[in-house]
Amino acid sequence: MALLEATNICMQFGGLRAVDNFNLSIDEHELVGLIGPNGAGKTTVFNMLTGVYAPTEGNIKIDGVSVVGKKPYEIVRIGAARTFQNIRLFKDLTVLDNIKIAYHHELKYSTLEGILRLPRYWADEKKAHKACLDFLKIFDMEDYAETLAKNLPYGKQRKLEIARALATKPKILMLDEPAAGMNPQETHELMETIGLIRKQFDIAILLIEHDMHLVMGICERIAVLDYGKIIAVGTPEETRNNPDVIRVYLGE
Amino acid sequence: MDRKILKNYAINILVIIAIYILLKVLMGTGVISRYHQGIIIFIMINIILATSLNLATGFLGQLTLGHAGFMAVGAYVSAMTAVALKANFKGMPDLVMLIISLAVAAVASALVGIVIGVPALRLRGDYLAIITLGFGEVIRVVINNIKATGGAQGFTGIPKISTFDNVFWITVLVVLFLYRLTHSRQGRAILSIREDEIAAEAVGVKTTHFKVMGFAIAASIAGIGGGLYAHYIAFLDPNTFNFMRSVEILVIVVLGGMGSLTGSILAAIVLTIMPEALRSFANYRLLLYSFMLIIMMIFRPKGIFGTGEFSWQGFYDRYQMRKNALLKREQE
Repeated sequence: MALLEATNICMQFGGLRAVDNFNLSIDEHELVGLIGPNGAGKTTVFNMLTGVYAPTEGNIKIDGVSVVGKKPYEIVRIGAARTFQNIRLFKDLTVLDNIKIAYHHELKYSTLEGILRLPRYWADEKKAHKACLDFLKIFDMEDYAETLAKNLPYGKQRKLEIARALATKPKILMLDEPAAGMNPQETHELMETIGLIRKQFDIAILLIEHDMHLVMGICERIAVLDYGKIIAVGTPEETRNNPDVIRVYLGE
Repeated sequence: MDRKILKNYAINILVIIAIYILLKVLMGTGVISRYHQGIIIFIMINIILATSLNLATGFLGQLTLGHAGFMAVGAYVSAMTAVALKANFKGMPDLVMLIISLAVAAVASALVGIVIGVPALRLRGDYLAIITLGFGEVIRVVINNIKATGGAQGFTGIPKISTFDNVFWITVLVVLFLYRLTHSRQGRAILSIREDEIAAEAVGVKTTHFKVMGFAIAASIAGIGGGLYAHYIAFLDPNTFNFMRSVEILVIVVLGGMGSLTGSILAAIVLTIMPEALRSFANYRLLLYSFMLIIMMIFRPKGIFGTGEFSWQGFYDRYQMRKNALLKREQE
C-alpha cells in the first residue's frame, strides 16, 4: 500500500478551481517531484497534504490514515513533515533549540514535573540534548548548535529547516521549493543534503521545485501540474519528452 | 544536575537570602520607614504582574492589554474569600488565610483567562490587543455594577494580611515558577509560537493548547498579584483596575525586555520608584517618565535585557572574557 495517497482531491476558492481531481500516490522510500508553471496549484496541493487547507473534495491518506480535516500538528504526528517556500525558522532561538522544539514529542514529562524539576525532567532533557546534538552532527551542523538561527547563512538556514522537519521523525518529508533563491553552489549542497537524507533516513520525499536541474537530477518520478490538473506522470526521461509538458513549459 | 547549574542555583539562593536579610535589618533599625516599606511591597506586586504579563506578551508573543482585568478578578475574589474565611473560621492564622485566598483567586483568574483566551487567541496582533482591552474593561465595568463587590463605592473591610515577608517569598516563588516554566519543553513550545506560529504547528506543536495554557497561567499569576494588592491596601476601588493600569504593566514589560524575567524585575523596581521619587516635581513627573521611555526606546529598543536573562554566572563570564582580552593585548 502506498504511503501517501491522494485521491481526486479538489480545492475550490470561490469561483476558482485551484486544484482539480488531483491524484498522487507515493510509495515508501520514493522521491517524487511535483513541477508545473507558476500558479499551477503546486503549493495549494502542498497545503492540502499538510493540513493548512482542507480539500473541498476527495481524500488524502497518509500511512493508511485519512488526514482530511486534521490540524497540521496532528498530521505531523501521523508522519508528514514539511518545509516552507520562504524559510520559516524560529529566528531568535538557537539552532539547537530549533531542533529541540521539533523533538518535543519525544519528551514526556508533564508541566508540573518540569516546574518541580523532578528526576524525569533532568533525564528527558539530557536525553533530548544529546539526541538533538547527534542529529545536528548528521547534517554536519554541530558547530552551529549555539548560533541563533537568523545568523546562519541562507543555505544553512534551509538545511536547518529540513533537519528540523526530520526531527519530528516523519515517514514522508515534503519540501516546498527548497532551492528557491539559491545560487548554483548552494543548490549543489542541497542536492547533497537530500542524498544524505535518503541514505540516513528511511523516508519518502515529495519535492516541489522550479530548478529543473535539481528535479531531473534526483527525482525518481515526476508529476507535472498545470491549471490544477495533472498532465503527466513518469520518470524524468519520460516527462522531459512528453509533448504536453513541452507545450506547457515552452509553448506550442 | 550538572555542577554549573547547581552553582547557579546556589548563587541565586544566596543573593535572594542576602537581599531578604538586608531589607529586614534595614526595616528593623528603622532606616526604611513604613512609607518606603509600602513602596517595596508595591515593587514586588508589580514584579508579579509584570513577569506574568511577560509570559503572555514576551514569551508567547501575544500582545494583551487587559492584564489589569485579571488582576481585578484576583483582587476581588481573594478579598471576598478572606472576608468569608474570617467570618466563619475565627482564629485562623493569617498566613493560612492568605494562602487559601490567593489559591482561590489564582484559580478564578485562570478560569476567566481561559474563557477570554479561547475566543480571543484566535486573533493576532492588533486585533488581539483590542479584544483583550475590551475584555479588561468589561471585567472592570461588571465589578463596578454588581452588589457583591461593593460596586463603585469600593470593597472595604478586607483583612490586611499581606506582610513584607509573605509578599517577598511569594514573589520569589512566582519568578522561580515562571523561570522554570519557560525553560522546559512547554516553555520551548511557547517560545516557538512567538517566533513563528505556522512553523510551530508544522513541527507538531499544539499551538492552541499552548496559547491558552500560557494565557491562563499569566492570568492566574496576575490574580495572585491582585490578591496580594487587595490584602495590602485593604480597600478596593474598581477604577484602579482601568486601562491605564494595564498599560503601566505593559510598559514595565517592554522596558525590561520582552522575554526577559530579570528585565521585568529591574524595570518594575525602576518604574515603581521613579514616580514616587519624582513626587516633588508634581505635574512634571509624567513628562519625565515619558521622556525616559522615549530615550530608552531609542537606545535600547528591545528593552533593558532584550530576550536574555541576567545571571551572575554570565556576568562573571563576561568579566573573565574582558580580563583575558586585556591580558592578551598587554602581552602583545
